[in-house]
Amino acid sequence: MEKTTLFDKIWDSHVVRHVPAGPDVFFIDKHFIHEVTSPVAFLNLEKRGISVKYPYRTIATPDHNVPTVDQDQTIKDKLSRMQVEKLRENCKKYGIELHDLGSAHHGIVHVIGPELGVTQPGMTIVCGDSHTSTHGAFGAIAFGIGTSEVEMVLATQCIMQSKPKKMRISVEGELGKGVTSKDIILYIISKISAAGATGYFVEYAGSAIRNLSMEARMTICNMSIEMGARGGLIAPDETTFNYLKGRQYTPKGEDWEKAVAYWKTLKTDEGATFDKEYQFDAADIEPMITYGTNPGMGIKVKDRIPTTEGMEGSNKTTYLKSLDYMGFQPGEPVKGKLVDYVFVGSCTNGRIEDIRAVAEFVKGKKKADNITAWIVPGSREVEKMAHEEGLVKILEEAGFELRQPGCSACLAMNDDKIPAGKYAVSTSNRNFEGRQGPGARTMLASPLTVAAVAVTGRITDPREVFEN
Amino acid sequence: MAYDKFTVLIDTAVPLPTENVDTDQIIPARFLKATEREGFGDNLFRDWRYDVEGNPKKEFVLNDSTYSGKILVAGKNFGSGSSREHAVWAIYDYGFRCVVSSFFADIFKNNCLNIGVLPVTVSPEFADKLFAAITADPKTEIEINLPEQKITLLSTGESESFDINEYKKSNMQNGFDDIDYLLSMSSEIDVFAASR
Repeated sequence: MEKTTLFDKIWDSHVVRHVPAGPDVFFIDKHFIHEVTSPVAFLNLEKRGISVKYPYRTIATPDHNVPTVDQDQTIKDKLSRMQVEKLRENCKKYGIELHDLGSAHHGIVHVIGPELGVTQPGMTIVCGDSHTSTHGAFGAIAFGIGTSEVEMVLATQCIMQSKPKKMRISVEGELGKGVTSKDIILYIISKISAAGATGYFVEYAGSAIRNLSMEARMTICNMSIEMGARGGLIAPDETTFNYLKGRQYTPKGEDWEKAVAYWKTLKTDEGATFDKEYQFDAADIEPMITYGTNPGMGIKVKDRIPTTEGMEGSNKTTYLKSLDYMGFQPGEPVKGKLVDYVFVGSCTNGRIEDIRAVAEFVKGKKKADNITAWIVPGSREVEKMAHEEGLVKILEEAGFELRQPGCSACLAMNDDKIPAGKYAVSTSNRNFEGRQGPGARTMLASPLTVAAVAVTGRITDPREVFEN
Repeated sequence: MAYDKFTVLIDTAVPLPTENVDTDQIIPARFLKATEREGFGDNLFRDWRYDVEGNPKKEFVLNDSTYSGKILVAGKNFGSGSSREHAVWAIYDYGFRCVVSSFFADIFKNNCLNIGVLPVTVSPEFADKLFAAITADPKTEIEINLPEQKITLLSTGESESFDINEYKKSNMQNGFDDIDYLLSMSSEIDVFAASR
């Protein structure tokens, strides 16, 4: 029998038709929508005079533009309010399940999907958001789409896609103390660049990946897009099944047994080939931080910013423009630099495990005076657990400000903006110019590194704070 | 929705050699709050184009009146980051119909094809030639010939062929979109869905 990859197995079983000299007509099992990339899709359905084909296959939540304070009140920003109201209106009109502001399962779409158990192995999942790759942690093919494609899924439950090439990234060995899955993915992106996986779908493998929790796996798959990949996935195993068991939308009883039996077949055959493979040693990975304006511009916290040696032309110009924006010089160390804000949250690191890690680290300590510290849970469920576990108390005593769930300062569509020229060390996924507010300077790092920065007020290797 | 047909475009071009231009630069998130598709062109490259008071930044290429045209020639890895189709809506609304680069981000490229903006991938060497020719003479014309899949620098006659799959090419030439195709196979999709 032909040796195939996990990606092939899922992809091939979802092709409705191969278009000659064209893309595949690709069937979508689950579709998530939010308030920002869906309104025009619904508007176009109306213009065409067509409806939503399978409303039960779509799930909605407002997350991108919502305020993270006073969520029980009417949204003050007029345009944000209109988008959220449009989402409510469209969900009501077409019978789409909506997890609205204030409801028990409101939150960032990529946090609530897994929490509800909607995300399951073997599925195809899309959303008008590039971090849909998060759901790949469950052994699903999940990726971001544009609004025209949101319209296609609503109208026909299919999109037209050319099959990407396949890449496997293996990380073997044990992670050192203070090294997290965020460091793994920032390390990988720094090695293969922000465009290094463009055109590919990635499978993450190896013992260091298998030993991760579901939350940590989601962090890795989430940032697949930051190296250009369409998505990334991890073969499901006992960790996956244990996470999913008993959740609202997962099968129950006999159906559960059947599902698990199928899920266990979802793995890459020994001897299957990939178009490209990378291997990394977990022992080489240390706490990472970005110093530039794309996620590939990352270094170990202890290292110096690369010099321009060997760069020329637009490559060098772009590099220097980036450092100029950040206020950094080539060749200088980042450690010890003063920071103004820390942000813990987003679909990358806004889950309960991330909040636990930060709380454990800052317990009994205080944030530095120069730091404004925001912590934004990924969902109401995460917020509730953080309260129940006493984490909120610890964080508030340390001087962190807990806000309500949403995408928040990750993309600063709401009022959670980092002021121009200020430095923020963030657990989110993008350090683009202006991403966290016009002129804001973002450095991406793990929740542990962010916690260490909060306490010292400077760029800090978390392992050095442990030692003290 | 059905869009403009694209066959042959001959025009001057705007050069933007910066690499890794992400969709947050093309259209910052704070301008994504509209519920309709039109009007995004005003905020295309907003933070590179205007200062905080809203005054045009003279050094940015869109504010340099020597450059104009329906073709944007961009640096490598153009359109990385967010999947926001608003980025392409902004490019279209501003007046561009074709983006040329030596490397495009995947989702951005799909989004372009889905609304009728033609993404043309050229070799890094050809991209360098285009940048050099346009900056030396902003009146330089470029021909984008979709039926022949060829891009030509008209001042020198140098040309290169580009790839596009037959299905998307036919859509672009006829102004069709994927939904027209998908709706035509509705019953086939029903049968497939029933098996899942």
